[in-house]
Amino acid sequence: MTRQLLKGNVAMAEAAIRAGVEAYFGYPITPQSELLEWMAKRMPEEGRAFLQAESEVAAINMVYGAACTGARVMTSTSGPGISLMAEGISYIAGTEVPAVIVDVMRGGPGLGNIAPSQGDYRQVIHGAGHGDFFPLVLAPASVQEAVDLIGEAFDLAEKYRTIVFVVADGSIGQMMEPVSLPEPRPPRRERPDWAVGGAEGRPARRLTSLYLKPEVEEEVNLRLVQRWQAMEANEIRYREYYLDDAEYVVLGFGTAGRVALSAVRAARAEGIKVGLFRPVSLRPFPTEAIRDLAARSKAFLVVEMNGGQMLDDVQAAAQGQVPVRFYGRMGGMVPFPDEVLAEIHALVSEPPTPAEAPRARWLAQMVS
Amino acid sequence: MQTEILIAGFGGQGVLFAGQVLAYAAMDAGHEVTWFPSYGPEMRGGTANCTVIIADEEIGSPLVAHPQVLMALNAPSLDKFEPQVQPEGLVVANASLLNRGVTRTDVKAIALKASHIAEALGDRRLANMVMLGAMMPRFPMLTMEQIKTALKGHLPARKHHLLEANYRALDAGAAAAQA
Amino acid sequence: MTVAAPTKPKTTLKMVYQRPEALADTPTHYCPGCTHGVAHRLVAEVIDEMGLREKTIGIAPVGCAVLAYDYFEFDGVEAAHGRAPAMATGIKRVLPDRIVFTYQGDGDLASIGMGEIVHAAARGERITVIFINNAIYGMTGGQMAPTTLPNQITTSSPGGRDVAVQGFPIRMSEILATLDGAAYVVRRSMHDPANIRKAKKAIRLAFEAQVRGLGFSLVELLSTCPTNWKMTPAEAMNWVRDNMVPAYPLGDYKVAPELQKLRV
Ligand SMILES: Cc1ncc(C[n+]2csc(CCOP(=O)(O)OP(=O)(O)O)c2C)c(N)n1
Ligand code: SF4
Repeated sequence: MTRQLLKGNVAMAEAAIRAGVEAYFGYPITPQSELLEWMAKRMPEEGRAFLQAESEVAAINMVYGAACTGARVMTSTSGPGISLMAEGISYIAGTEVPAVIVDVMRGGPGLGNIAPSQGDYRQVIHGAGHGDFFPLVLAPASVQEAVDLIGEAFDLAEKYRTIVFVVADGSIGQMMEPVSLPEPRPPRRERPDWAVGGAEGRPARRLTSLYLKPEVEEEVNLRLVQRWQAMEANEIRYREYYLDDAEYVVLGFGTAGRVALSAVRAARAEGIKVGLFRPVSLRPFPTEAIRDLAARSKAFLVVEMNGGQMLDDVQAAAQGQVPVRFYGRMGGMVPFPDEVLAEIHALVSEPPTPAEAPRARWLAQMVS
Repeated sequence: MQTEILIAGFGGQGVLFAGQVLAYAAMDAGHEVTWFPSYGPEMRGGTANCTVIIADEEIGSPLVAHPQVLMALNAPSLDKFEPQVQPEGLVVANASLLNRGVTRTDVKAIALKASHIAEALGDRRLANMVMLGAMMPRFPMLTMEQIKTALKGHLPARKHHLLEANYRALDAGAAAAQA
Repeated sequence: MTVAAPTKPKTTLKMVYQRPEALADTPTHYCPGCTHGVAHRLVAEVIDEMGLREKTIGIAPVGCAVLAYDYFEFDGVEAAHGRAPAMATGIKRVLPDRIVFTYQGDGDLASIGMGEIVHAAARGERITVIFINNAIYGMTGGQMAPTTLPNQITTSSPGGRDVAVQGFPIRMSEILATLDGAAYVVRRSMHDPANIRKAKKAIRLAFEAQVRGLGFSLVELLSTCPTNWKMTPAEAMNWVRDNMVPAYPLGDYKVAPELQKLRV
């Protein structure tokens, strides 16, 4: 298959078009805007709906409306936009309609900056909004993986009637890499049996997230948990590198994961038995795989572009079987492989003790 | 094998484009490649840079602390990035816009008046291609032919009338580097 | 409280430019030919002339003027995108004797911040709004704004703004002037020196409205974005004159009676 050199944002947009997305609603924000701009150009060419909304609040509610018709629909934004979308996201979850949301993360909190970051981890794994619901969260580490995951995201959203987040960061959005795009899939014609669209020849349907009777709302909530269990059983994704004989394991997702890959290779060249575990689905989280790794390795090193948001999940998965270290850069700083390599060296020369507090140790190192 | 190239200069000097040409050539040659730009409003009228990494396996970090090759199109870029180049690495510097030479002795240095050469070819904006050309003789992963084919293959058809000038700039750069 | 004395050039013959005291000695990051800098200077001059520097709090928007607080020598805060009028309300309600103003672009004010601006005006919030209308999103790289003209090409309306799909431009001054809480709402332009002088007068009157507690005041300033319009500075000035002024008529949309007789 021929490869094209594409910017991550553009590649994700084109991948969505090829996955048959019928409507896109969004609002400009760096470092995501090229995705919206590509949609502005291409969606009308395909005769599909593109609209720049007046805000992210409006954009997500446009997505909500389109999703209620059973159309494939998406939006894309960055952290400040996710914050504004929180309400609509919760309504979409409560109404059990599928939607795909791309978050190209940038430095925060607040207005922060536009540099690559992974600071939205906690925000998206909880779906940003209020109430009990579980979005599926996928984290690509390359442009090709972003393309592949966008394609899957729509299918998964529909399969589980859920929100699927694809969380990239400014680095993946802005960089160019060769990609093989999938063959275009035409938008589906048939509509799911829950969608609104005019009650022609059938009983009227109502889509709502309002369940005044707690016992009915509880039923809905239990259904969401059931779906969540199914996702946990079927949709765990991760990548393993050099883990077969690894004594030490580095864990990182997205860009932090690929930075760690460079460091792991350099350490391997020095003869250190270290491997990389890169979660691709952040929700459901690969808890079991990490637990198994913990049982057979000497130490973990978690690398993130935040203050250790995934660290908590890794520690929970490891269940104290293995000591855990942490290395993070924050605020839009991207670690260089050398920094991670130094941490791998330290892992070998001064092995962590089970009692060690990873975040405290890291912080002392950063602010000293 | 992995090679990292950092290309830096003023916004408007075609720094990002030079990196893209390299990336296209690498992709067409079947390599893995990443092109990582500086981005956002800070680029307006200011400085621009991009990192291109070419490898034969899945590429890890898209940024490196110590690139093997630096192409510095102006003085601030040389000041900022020269200290970071790997020992035994290569520095290609645009002497037209420098008031000093490359000071590191543990790297290969090529200083050429790229902007002047480009001007002599009729367009100062070709300095990026002159610089790229100057790097090629010392760049093991790709040939000049591959660069030219990439230019032709990926430059939009409406810009194909500029191809000849770009080829000449690449050749002039290579010639200057070998002189 | 000490009030800064208005700065007056000492020798009118030689002194062509003197930095207003309220303008910080910091180089701005604006592109050549961008009128954001002009608007900053006008605001600073007015603040100085009215002796308000030490009691003014400015609210920067999310947009190219995001760092405006660094360019003024008075207190400043940074709002979330579009929320400056709400933040200003919070400040003014706690510090009613201070001078509070927002400085907002068209995306900030007329798109994401439409709710906040309308309600601040409707409440007659005693704040001043400097509204920079450059018909585009500058900071994010030239996407369509609510004020983008029909058929105008932007990065998110690559075929030109199609009003059948993307709707029509919004005339904010006209809308806000209908609200009873508004004391002063006018539109000016910054495309030539004569218009800049008029713009300054309007800014003065807007702050006078606030000082007098008359209600909400807003000055809409037609502005340039040569970078994203892909024009030279001179072309951009002409484009304001030839395309924006006809679409956004200059004029007074609401002037409280107390201000009508005021000579500034
Ligand atoms: C919630 C949120 N959405 C989007 C953005 C990105 N953003 C920054 S500035 C801007 C628009 C700026 O345009 P305008 O208000 O017209 O000001 P100008 O830059 O033209 O002066 C946008 C969309 C943001 N910072 N926050
Ligand atoms: S991008 Fe436009 S609005 Fe922003 S500083 Fe440049 S000219 Fe001014």
